[in-house]
Amino acid sequence: MATTAAPATDTRVKNGDGTGRGGGDGAGVRRRHRLGDRIWPLGFALAAVLVFVLYQWILPQAPAGVSDFFQTWLPMSTINQCVIWATMAVGLNVVVGYAGLLDLGYVAFWAIGGYVAGWLMSGFFGQWQINFFGHPAPGQESGIHLSFWLVLPLAGLFCALWGVIIGAPTLRLKSDYLALVTLGFGEIIPEVFKNGENINGFNLSNGVKGITPLDPISTGPFAYLGVPEELGPFDETWKFVIYVLIATFAVFVSLRIREGRLGRAWLAIREDELAASMMGVPLMRTKLAAYAVGAFIGGIGGVAYASAVGGVAAEDFAFSSSIILLAMVVLGGMGNVWGVMLGALVLQWINSNGLAKAGEAINQAVGKDLNFPSYNFLVFGAILILMMLFRREGLLPETRTRQVLREPDRGGAEPADAELEGERR
Amino acid sequence: MSATTDDRPELRVRDREVLLSVTDLYVHYGNIAAVKGVTLAVGTGEIVTLIGSNGAGKSTTLRTISGLIRPRRGDVVYRGSSIAALPGHRIVAAGICHSPEGRRIFPRMTVRENLDLGAYLRRDAAGVTADLDRVLDLFPRLKERIDQKAGTLSGGEQQMLAVGRALMGDPTLLLLDEPSMGLAPVLVDLIFDTIRTIRDQGTTVLLVEQNALAALRVADYAYVLESGTLKLEGPARDLAKDEEVTRAYLGG
Repeated sequence: MATTAAPATDTRVKNGDGTGRGGGDGAGVRRRHRLGDRIWPLGFALAAVLVFVLYQWILPQAPAGVSDFFQTWLPMSTINQCVIWATMAVGLNVVVGYAGLLDLGYVAFWAIGGYVAGWLMSGFFGQWQINFFGHPAPGQESGIHLSFWLVLPLAGLFCALWGVIIGAPTLRLKSDYLALVTLGFGEIIPEVFKNGENINGFNLSNGVKGITPLDPISTGPFAYLGVPEELGPFDETWKFVIYVLIATFAVFVSLRIREGRLGRAWLAIREDELAASMMGVPLMRTKLAAYAVGAFIGGIGGVAYASAVGGVAAEDFAFSSSIILLAMVVLGGMGNVWGVMLGALVLQWINSNGLAKAGEAINQAVGKDLNFPSYNFLVFGAILILMMLFRREGLLPETRTRQVLREPDRGGAEPADAELEGERR
Repeated sequence: MSATTDDRPELRVRDREVLLSVTDLYVHYGNIAAVKGVTLAVGTGEIVTLIGSNGAGKSTTLRTISGLIRPRRGDVVYRGSSIAALPGHRIVAAGICHSPEGRRIFPRMTVRENLDLGAYLRRDAAGVTADLDRVLDLFPRLKERIDQKAGTLSGGEQQMLAVGRALMGDPTLLLLDEPSMGLAPVLVDLIFDTIRTIRDQGTTVLLVEQNALAALRVADYAYVLESGTLKLEGPARDLAKDEEVTRAYLGG
């Protein structure tokens, strides 16, 4: 991922002098925008290709020292986790960054997506035997075995449906209350799965044991091109390609929608809900759409996650995951897909690997025995506080946010607005 | 929703066809009554103003008309059918556009994006382009700042944008809430001149104002609200000369 960081600093340095100016340099704003539009997708694709080539072909041949270094600091499993978390963060960004709806229970969609994968890609429902392009392990033919590629959209749609079911009654609430309700939702869903091994005699989720193992991912026609026919737990480099494709899909969808009518309506709601409704933006429908799109991406992310860890277990879906995802969105720059990706990659790396290995190195150097990974929330908290103090708009802010935080709102500063508050309520 | 040319008396007001009528309107915020039995009518092609002091219920009446608040009692009838129970976006689609109190432009969007949002529900691309030209002709200042973030505009420019944004919805009836608020006198004159131009171009205007003097100068007919009830009504020219109005609202 190091390659993406280089263009990032470049653009930011170039932007640096332009942002402090007033709005007079409209042309400058547009040029910067176009530059950013091209650099990030290209950088992401290039980084993905480099990572793949490095881990698939170069590292196995590399001297032991080099491959050990990568094994220690950036193993493939960590990269996969980073990409999957980035997908989720991009999904959450649709809800929080685009539409401005604070969602503290996003992990629920992740869990639902994961369990859909568990239900449809394993021998769990032994009472049925359905196989639709699935790849059950030998001797495990009972159960439902659908192709991974079919489970992805199914899980996405199922989550979107749940997004609408949850959203319809709650989205009428104002922001703080909505946050509380989503918080409850994020707690309830994993609890249901945790206790769902006997719902009137029906085993929904296998309780705390979870559903495992999952079927491998079939690669279909690509098998003729040298890709393994099915990707099991040890084909991490190939799975990386799949997770990158899923993340790309999430990014593509959110960028496309953002540019369209719906994206503008979200933006308007985020800016000023009342004014948006005066423009004729149907509030409920538009907010529900944000929920549904966010939930869809969360669902496919959940399937990806389940396939990466080889199963689903209710304890994976804790409240802290919702908060970490939110931290990724905020750290990266709310509303900017690429910023959110960057934030997610960095935070997830710290979370799953970086902090532990850095801790080991520090322990060795000073001869102490501190358990660094257990301080991960301390580190996250410190990062968030530092960000809020010095770079409130995030690592890679949305152009709009950057401008507003740097330029005072001239109209709003006029004294007439003080009077306004009095009559509003 | 058809505009009839019926001659029944209840469909005519001041020799015009009734475009909008509000009957016996009661609006509450929780337990507090903000509007208590307001009845008014707007005829096609008129500028009608609703004046009164702070907290008289003017803005509440306007917001009820545009569907942002539900009335507790009473009805809002637009072109012959009740719109009191319609959601806000249906009312905009029916041709009532609202330029809110305090402007409420979208500060992080450009002037152009703000204007585009005003036309959110419209599908006639050609009409939208024509209306954009019309708005930019009405407010040349906005043309100069078309790609600027709206939050960086001055107060007067933001007000122009708020009015222009509402016009982008191609309204039959334009609701203007306190367009003169916080503006320098020169700009107030400019805004009110423009309101007259907008009417001359065929849009009916319902104007809420605290600046009663300016409002009465531009309006055809006026209603005076006080603590949620109608205190007075009459042709704007007469009210401007009325002693009571002068004393209470015009500082005379």
